[in-house]
Amino acid sequence: MAKNVLDFEKPIIELENKIEEMRKHETMLDISKEIKTLEDKVLQLKESIYNNLTRWQRVQLARHPERPYTLDYIYMMTTDFIELHGDRNYKDDHAIVSGFAKLDNQKVMIIGHQKGRDTKTNLYRNFGMPNPEGYRKALRMMKLAEKFNVPVITMLDTPGAYPGLEAEQRGQAEAIARNLLEMSRLKVPIIVVIIGEGASGGALGIGVGDRILMLQNTWYSVISPESCSSILWRSWEYKEQAAEALKLTAEDLLEQKIIDRIIPEPLGGAHKDHQQMANTLKSVLLEELNNLLKIKPEKLISSRLEKFGKMGVFEE
Amino acid sequence: MGWFTRKKENISKESKKSDLPDGLWQKCEDCGEIIYNKQLELNLWCCPKCNHHFRIGSKEYISFLFDEGTFKEIDKKMKSADPLEFVDTKKYSERIKSTIKKTGLNDAVKTGTGKINNKKVSFACMDFGFIGGSMGSVVGEKISRAIDVAYEEKIPMIIISQSGGARMMEGAYSLMQMAKTSARLARLADAKIPYISVLTDPTTGGVTASFAMLGDVIIAEPKALIGFAGPRVIKQTIGRDLPEGFQRSEFLLENGFIDFIVTRKQMKEKLSLLIDYLHNNHK
Repeated sequence: MAKNVLDFEKPIIELENKIEEMRKHETMLDISKEIKTLEDKVLQLKESIYNNLTRWQRVQLARHPERPYTLDYIYMMTTDFIELHGDRNYKDDHAIVSGFAKLDNQKVMIIGHQKGRDTKTNLYRNFGMPNPEGYRKALRMMKLAEKFNVPVITMLDTPGAYPGLEAEQRGQAEAIARNLLEMSRLKVPIIVVIIGEGASGGALGIGVGDRILMLQNTWYSVISPESCSSILWRSWEYKEQAAEALKLTAEDLLEQKIIDRIIPEPLGGAHKDHQQMANTLKSVLLEELNNLLKIKPEKLISSRLEKFGKMGVFEE
Repeated sequence: MGWFTRKKENISKESKKSDLPDGLWQKCEDCGEIIYNKQLELNLWCCPKCNHHFRIGSKEYISFLFDEGTFKEIDKKMKSADPLEFVDTKKYSERIKSTIKKTGLNDAVKTGTGKINNKKVSFACMDFGFIGGSMGSVVGEKISRAIDVAYEEKIPMIIISQSGGARMMEGAYSLMQMAKTSARLARLADAKIPYISVLTDPTTGGVTASFAMLGDVIIAEPKALIGFAGPRVIKQTIGRDLPEGFQRSEFLLENGFIDFIVTRKQMKEKLSLLIDYLHNNHK
């Protein structure tokens, strides 16, 4: 039986286990008809569950520990990846990975948050929560890409920038702010993909670009539902309501005109079929890159300014 | 009748807590000195005994920074639209309405142009009194437009920050204001027009992580709380007490993140001098 089963997935798993059980007896009895009926039922159940997820359930899927992370996508989508390290100032932040890679024949610079899979690797990756040197490393890579005219792809998946004592001392806020400014005037195309969690400034710190894409089961907002609950409701218990109120899913953000495109995931989520997810993402990235590479740098930058300039709703 | 059967309302339910004591006197939060209101105002809302800087709003900053009668407000009527129809323990639309009524402000920033020692600048000043000085669409848009004024008129930009961060009730829209304002500052920087950022107590979260930390010169009032994460969150994360003076102006100066600390009384003259040094050198 699969580990890491979310509550709302339990009915599916139960049925799947039943089918598994029946298969064992298939050699003795002819029950292929019954199995087929059950399989159809599973598919129906999956569609009805995954097409009617609440916002909180989406958040849970976005955090699923078996989802592909930045390095998984790099290994599945690209060739000749060469990882580059360090901010040339303080240290190498393992919560952000970066380097040159080839998407078919297209050279790209890929920068993304990186989570770990178990306690040991999560500690090494600081649970995908960068320190200032992570953002400065990302900026260094972007400048490198700009200098040698290579487009940039960033992958966002973080529970937030690390709220630690040393992070403050080394200027967490300044590091993020600097990236927002520099990314808005970078002379090469930038494609941003939210592949998991897009938590606030920690995500946006590598999230300014020409095209903003979101995988289907991800979230992106100003704060996590839990923190929002603790501040506005003064309790951790209202995360479901907070998730609803924040309107943080890919569909929500497309409607708010903050993102440009939703990338569909395999039924049940990206973790159900890593390779299929990577193939879909790769074809979308190639298509988007193809369009962006035709645009002159000055036009790219002025459109980027205009794009973010339009975001927001107010009355006059 | 025993006291426990008393049917009268509890005293505390009836008594209203007001944000500002409207008496004639105020007590210094730092040293406990009792100060006559008029004297406090003459002293630019700083304690005459210990120089503690009381938290003040845009109206007060405008009153002592600009040459008399030169400040002209822009986008005065802009208001939040509640795009997410956000509800927590209270509807956001109602929160906005009651805050406007209570503060007499339309949102958490005032923008416009004015003259400092006869030098015209574009100006934005935040108000902590309006939902914790939080940045939603209105704050982001007004600041962006003020930066555009600086860009078009080729005049220096000054922003006084005072904020708890991005406004939760506008979700991702609030987050994007960080990118929006920073992008405008990038264009201003490319045009070599100076931007001076003034940090006051408190400046945290998404405001610090965008325009507040992007000044050509960044200055701060004494002992202002300045940071990305709030001290409570950091304490929870690391599980130990924070050192004395952590995330205060003096701490940021020591760590190299601000240029100098300025008292309120010196602020106008220092801004004026900085403008002299930075502006109009490209002829």
